[in-house]
Amino acid sequence: MTVHDVPQVQAAPGVREREEAREAVKQEARPYVSGYVGGLLLGLLLFLAFFLTGNGLGASGGLNRIIAWVLDTFAPHYVDTHPYWAVYAGGRTNPWDSWVVFVTLGLMVGGFFSGWRHGRLRWVTNKGPRISTRLRWVMAFLGGTLMGYGARMARGCTSGQALSGGAVQSAGSWAFMMALFAGAYLLAYFVRDLWND
Amino acid sequence: MAPFPLPVFELLGKPGAYVLFFAIGFAFGYILEISGFTESPLLAKQFYFKDFQVLKVMFGAIIVAMTLVFLTSQLGLLDYNLVWVNPTYLWPGILGGFIMGIGFILGGFCPGTSLVSAVVGRIDGIFFALGVMFGIGLFGELEPFFREFWYDSYYGRLTLPEVFHTTPGVITLLVVLMALVAFWLGEKAEAHFGKKDISREPRWRWVAGLVLVVLAGGLALTAPRTPQEKWERVAPQMQPLLEQRAVYVHPGELLDILHNDKLKPILIDVRSERDYNLFHIRGAKHVPLDRIPEIVPWLLDETNQPNVVIFVISNDERDATEAWKMLVAESVPNVYILEGGINHWLQYFHEEDEGRIRPLEGDFPPETLRWSFAYALGDRYHAAFPNAHEYHIPYTPKVKLKLKRGPTGGGCG
Repeated sequence: MTVHDVPQVQAAPGVREREEAREAVKQEARPYVSGYVGGLLLGLLLFLAFFLTGNGLGASGGLNRIIAWVLDTFAPHYVDTHPYWAVYAGGRTNPWDSWVVFVTLGLMVGGFFSGWRHGRLRWVTNKGPRISTRLRWVMAFLGGTLMGYGARMARGCTSGQALSGGAVQSAGSWAFMMALFAGAYLLAYFVRDLWND
Repeated sequence: MAPFPLPVFELLGKPGAYVLFFAIGFAFGYILEISGFTESPLLAKQFYFKDFQVLKVMFGAIIVAMTLVFLTSQLGLLDYNLVWVNPTYLWPGILGGFIMGIGFILGGFCPGTSLVSAVVGRIDGIFFALGVMFGIGLFGELEPFFREFWYDSYYGRLTLPEVFHTTPGVITLLVVLMALVAFWLGEKAEAHFGKKDISREPRWRWVAGLVLVVLAGGLALTAPRTPQEKWERVAPQMQPLLEQRAVYVHPGELLDILHNDKLKPILIDVRSERDYNLFHIRGAKHVPLDRIPEIVPWLLDETNQPNVVIFVISNDERDATEAWKMLVAESVPNVYILEGGINHWLQYFHEEDEGRIRPLEGDFPPETLRWSFAYALGDRYHAAFPNAHEYHIPYTPKVKLKLKRGPTGGGCG
């Protein structure tokens, strides 16, 4: 895994400490596993989730409910009268009261734990070598906005629709998956400067 | 009845179930991190044919999970009908997917991976995750303007075997083969465009691929269980309900339920088309006995709402009982039988008027419509939807609504 940016280690005032920290990062950070290992493990987990609970995995649904909770905290009347948000947090409905919120929280804690255990926690902006950090941030935000918007329209993100629905042979999930990869591959050539040398 | 999926909320209570879901999420985040899904350039390489990590992890996970889900279903361990299958809203799904594809190549993540990326300190991941939240919020705000589109092209619990008129086993085998070919092509492309050293990939991947092909092939060659076999599996629990007549609902109770605004009754009329045209209860759907299996996905979908109750109706009780067996064997909840069938119903609600309808005398074989009609009345007749206020029929209530055992709001709900 190549990281093009110089790792910006947090709270490293002196040059020497900085150097030492950088050395430590180099020594500690272990390489990522093969995609086949990841696929096998994720497949077993996905099966186990279906087998035990009847539900697959999800991420954007949890975020959606957390946003509903934030809105409900600051503008309860607005949430109660808005047809979309009322479903999640209207009246006495508790937006946290859903399995997907806990999967999403677990996802973040589990990701952090693994990053910490493998010495891969570091503040860094990953990007293609030809663009500035600022452009990368703008593109990340823009891409995220499209992703979040699309995920709600499609009633699920890559985890909830493509992965979970795909594994249990939902017809709509497969149509969704094809459309997602079609969108990305069609545009990939035109934005190659974002990622390539 | 298949022991899995477990009724986790009943078994563990809400806190326990949420701990379990947290643990599943924890493992999910851990696997995404060790797979390198926190590094956006690695994810983007997928779209320039340089590194197919995304394909391997996602497609690999799909074929492993799919094979195990359908294998355990075939073995009777897992009840597939209680597993959450994302309902199909075709065009919103396709447009949403396309928008997400564009977001993927611009931003370099998908929502789940961006969260993991953000928590390990990748600043682009943080910006992406903020964008996701903004996008979700934007969708929520704008949703009222295209509500019609968002609920358009709804097909319910539609699965690939239904679309292609085949069995889940055949689909599983095809998907596994497709994935293996994609992996092989991906490795070729990685070596060519990405200058990647393929020899470092684990050797066991060939064995794993072979195991999946053998398991999926076995599934494809095994005939799915017939309705009769499915019934035999649940008979020890369900047969007593028939013997105690706990699921036979008196016409008086059905009448009250038809007029109860809080309930949503679904009436399934399994008689011949001729009898159905002569007379049926208003709103009843005509589904001959041999086509009952086809409506199972629709009923599973409808019963995700807690207030749906299903009645199967024949002229007497024999055929309705057969239909009931098929439905409960497929884990459709809240199914009842009209006691005595249409013959019994008409005894209560027919009217002596102008000779349009009169009872037949004599002995008939079971499941004969023992009423004669001057012409086909369909539901344009008083007894098709009697006024509940005109009748006060005593009965023993039988309907007890149960919530479905499986998840009722899965996906990204």
